[in-house]
Amino acid sequence: MGMKNMQVSSVTNFGRSGLSDWLIQRVSAVILLLYIVCHSAIILSTPEMSYAQWRDLFAGTTMRIFSLLTLLALCAHAWIGMWTVATDYLTRRMMGSKATLVRLVFLVGCIAVLAIYFIWGVIILWSV
Amino acid sequence: MLVSVYRYNPETDLKPSMRDYQIEIPGGKDLMVLDVLAMVKEQDDSVAYRRSCREGVCGSDGMNINGVNGLACITPLSDVVKNDKLVLRPLPGLPVVRDLVVDMSIFYKQYERIEPYLQNDDPVPAIERLQSPEDRAKLDGLYECILCACCSTNCPSFWWNPEKFVGPAGLLQAYRFLADSRDTHTDERLANLEDPFSVFRCRGIMNCVAVCPKGLNPTKAIGHIREMLMERGA
Repeated sequence: MGMKNMQVSSVTNFGRSGLSDWLIQRVSAVILLLYIVCHSAIILSTPEMSYAQWRDLFAGTTMRIFSLLTLLALCAHAWIGMWTVATDYLTRRMMGSKATLVRLVFLVGCIAVLAIYFIWGVIILWSV
Repeated sequence: MLVSVYRYNPETDLKPSMRDYQIEIPGGKDLMVLDVLAMVKEQDDSVAYRRSCREGVCGSDGMNINGVNGLACITPLSDVVKNDKLVLRPLPGLPVVRDLVVDMSIFYKQYERIEPYLQNDDPVPAIERLQSPEDRAKLDGLYECILCACCSTNCPSFWWNPEKFVGPAGLLQAYRFLADSRDTHTDERLANLEDPFSVFRCRGIMNCVAVCPKGLNPTKAIGHIREMLMERGA
């Protein structure tokens, strides 16, 4: 119908589709919320937590899976969010022809930070 | 009353400026902003603005009135004027052609992109394609849009990405055709909207709903499009 060439394409967002990003953003938010609520409840219901108790809490397989899942959700959530912010503000419209380079450098930086965060997180979780 | 009007002629002015006019408002009646603009034009006929039907049907005189987008012809002074001052600026985010006249090309391009016409691959009936009253009712609140651009130019997502984000006006019309029982191109229409910008740049801040002079709700329509995309893709 003539206007098909106006289709928007994007290869730097998380899931390659707006729908999948939108869905992942919401599901990951729920996971993050559950983790926060769960830990707040544990901390509030244990007035004086000893190191041994804290250690036991994180040594169990269930908590490891939950923590790892949360770490994954956090990374996906942050990538989608930072990508969205970058494509709003680090654009040709806002900063001229250098925008694409600036944005790519920024996104690579974000991904590097998230990768470090994830690997470091896994090391911490499995060290308990 | 002090009327402050945004003035800019790209051919002669280095940059835009605000010019003030002292306008005597006759007592005993509530004028529309467009009436005041006519009085400004009597004082200074170089002021440029668009107007046509003067009753909120054509959508020509969308502008920023004391900081809020609206149609000058159906906005009464009593609704917007505070401290006896009226500030008129062009719709935000679009290139200014002159004074209050903006270049709406990108707005129309996004409208064109959603293919705002019925598409039906079924054999053409002898007389017309019929629609039940219930199916027709689904188009209420959608078809009334007059494309004045008050909503899209009040939307930060449209300011940042007007080439990629369809904007509330275009999306309201996109849903108008997605919701039409006589249209058979639902799948192609949805496929064109699934990317991260066209629909999903909407963050639901409802700036569009706040200013629509026709009282329409683009955010709700965008929500329906998202639901349809979910049904189709998830």
